[in-house]
Amino acid sequence: MTTTPTKSKNPVPNKERIKMPRQHMPEQPALERAKQFTEVNLGYPEEVARQEAIRCLECAKPTCTKDCPVGVKVKEFVQLIVEGNYLGAAAKIREDNVLPAITGRVCPQEDHCEGGCLLCKRGESLGIGYLERFVADYEQQHFDSKNIVKAPPTGKKVAVVGSGPSGLTVAGDLVQRGHQVHVFEALHEVGGVLVYGIPEFRLPKKIIREQVDYMRAMGVEFETDVVVGRTVTIDELLEEEGYDAVFIGTGAGLPQFMGIPGEHLNGVYSANEFLTRINLMHAYEFPKYDEPMVDFRGKDVAVIGGGNTALDAIRSALRLGARKAYVLYRRSEVEMPARLEEVKHAKQEGIEFQVLTAPVEFLSDGKGWLTGARCIKMELGEPDASGRRRPVEIKGSEFDLPLSVAVIAIGTSANPIVQSTTPGLNTNKKGYIEADATSQRTSRKGVFAGGDIVTGSATVILAMGAGRRAAKGIHDYLTAGDW
Amino acid sequence: MTIKAESKGAFVFKIVHAEFIAPGIKRFIIEAPRIARKQRPGQFVIIRINENGERIPLTIERSDPEKGTVNIVVQSIGKTTHLLNSLNTGDSIMDIVGPLGKPSEIANFGTVVAIGGGVGTAMAYPTAAAMKRAGNRVITILGGRNKDLVILEREMREVSDTVFVTTDDGSYADKGLVTDKLRQLIENGTRIDLVLAVGPIPMMRAVADMTRKEKIHTMVSLNPIMIDGTGMCGGCRVLVEGKSEFACVDGPEFDAHRVDFAVLVQRNSMYRDAEKRSMDDYKCQLEKAKNGAIHEELTSALEAKR
Repeated sequence: MTTTPTKSKNPVPNKERIKMPRQHMPEQPALERAKQFTEVNLGYPEEVARQEAIRCLECAKPTCTKDCPVGVKVKEFVQLIVEGNYLGAAAKIREDNVLPAITGRVCPQEDHCEGGCLLCKRGESLGIGYLERFVADYEQQHFDSKNIVKAPPTGKKVAVVGSGPSGLTVAGDLVQRGHQVHVFEALHEVGGVLVYGIPEFRLPKKIIREQVDYMRAMGVEFETDVVVGRTVTIDELLEEEGYDAVFIGTGAGLPQFMGIPGEHLNGVYSANEFLTRINLMHAYEFPKYDEPMVDFRGKDVAVIGGGNTALDAIRSALRLGARKAYVLYRRSEVEMPARLEEVKHAKQEGIEFQVLTAPVEFLSDGKGWLTGARCIKMELGEPDASGRRRPVEIKGSEFDLPLSVAVIAIGTSANPIVQSTTPGLNTNKKGYIEADATSQRTSRKGVFAGGDIVTGSATVILAMGAGRRAAKGIHDYLTAGDW
Repeated sequence: MTIKAESKGAFVFKIVHAEFIAPGIKRFIIEAPRIARKQRPGQFVIIRINENGERIPLTIERSDPEKGTVNIVVQSIGKTTHLLNSLNTGDSIMDIVGPLGKPSEIANFGTVVAIGGGVGTAMAYPTAAAMKRAGNRVITILGGRNKDLVILEREMREVSDTVFVTTDDGSYADKGLVTDKLRQLIENGTRIDLVLAVGPIPMMRAVADMTRKEKIHTMVSLNPIMIDGTGMCGGCRVLVEGKSEFACVDGPEFDAHRVDFAVLVQRNSMYRDAEKRSMDDYKCQLEKAKNGAIHEELTSALEAKR
């Protein structure tokens, strides 16, 4: 599947390309989209995609591929777009990334492929994520299972625990190499955090289903409603069900709370619960769907945290009819871990950012319902272990913010179910599974792990990177047999 | 041993038997081989009836690993449980996941008092049975609002040394509450090493208050609102000695003397309005369906006359 270097078919000379502006991503008008869950970004039309692809400088040593956790051959797929060979471009991406329609939408490109793009020096980086999305969507519209390339069967069976980004990547990579892959999912729908965590307006469920169907067409089997560790153990999978290797990609798990008074009040949610109700359970379509949600219409809502999860939650609250929607973040906007595009979109939609602010107590109406948050202002002190400047409370700066709903999105801690039911599986102090950084091997023979259950909360693409390494690690183990 | 894949399309959770064991309380025997094989006393399942359904936790009464079936006992309370209890032998349920939660700690404690209130008896039963097998003396107290709502008495008698029954209205056995019987046992000087209480929250709270004074170790099985059941969402958090614990991964059994029951009651009331609306809509649909059926019957009768 290697391509021999060909002369550039790009019609525009390099020095002209630098002057071309980045093509704008068409999107739903902010005030319209803030009332509904349909996707914000509409995608490049074909001509716009080609215009954007032409901007690529075709660097001799591209940083985009180097900075991509799964190593997508950006220059080559972009070149194929220039040539109008979109299915070729899709196949090129799929050599390294089995979920292009998803990463094209949710990847923090500014931290990876687009971050070191030479075009940044003169203006804006190449729209690599937008181009990836264009190619993936084009491929979906012209899908033909005949195009699936797969190695002959090896006779080896692999169990994948969890169908989130790392698990799907492992499954896609291994099935391509001819192994039989069976994916176990605890929930009733395949996709893990892609389904329960990321809202429809950022990643439509249809896209996930299409990517999963693509994997089914490749031969991956999926089994929902299985909580590995409870319904079946890792040892049973290896010893009784005949799997030659197991990959654990169970995700981060338990939501963290702040440990401040009032966290048990009605109206205080973890972001995971809030988003699960909306995304997985369709609570925004109550009563058509049975799962209920607090009525947000005309109410004031705040999310605590500055990551993508926090923004997903507050933008969902806005779409459910919230009157005021705040982001409370204890550091400044510079330190905010959310994708730049999400922050931009959130502001356009009318989300109010109160940075350097943290709640110290949730206030009650005396009947068990939330009425507000007592907050304190912060200032930035010396850098902490994470390298970011530590927020320090400003004495006497407390103020009360009236709220009906508060959503806590300050991160997660390790889910213990698999670890506590798998003897000999080593974990670190925080309870995350220890895995080799290259092969993703754990302390148990034949057992690999990757994604948030190894690193703690991270991004879709970092989990996919781990999945990629694990797939290689598993393939090496299955073919060589050494541990 | 090979296990059939329980994936959608490949596997349906088929109801092999369904029967009402009391008014509004139905027992289902359901094909779920993976769950049947792993279930231990104290664990539960989460079910989703259909595509638009909510996920709710339900008690496992027992399981048969050989036949690959689990028994669940369901009381009609809201829309989902009413809809579930309208299903019959041969029907199927879209999703069942489990067994969830930590199993009960089973050991030879000495004398165990197992208290089951209403449908909670179905949760207490497998633990009581396991306690008996572990060599404990098992004293069971069953309670119900009336005679009809005392369930699993025969089953409990099979695994208990002694069984007491109380009804709120005196329509069967002793008139009174389960705590009246518990107080009698304590006052008679019965040695009690462990109390397990499963039932309505006020009952569990009353048992906890009584045994706290006597310093009798007491476990309760809690039923907060739950969604995923794997620890991911944190919706089922309960306040245990001032700290958040998750009923799905840390429970469902907790030391009764450490649980904040007031917070449990308050959090369980969070969706009361929505639950009422769902139930009203459901009743309305049933009514329409019934009227539709009558209309159809009349029309076809008229057709026949012609």
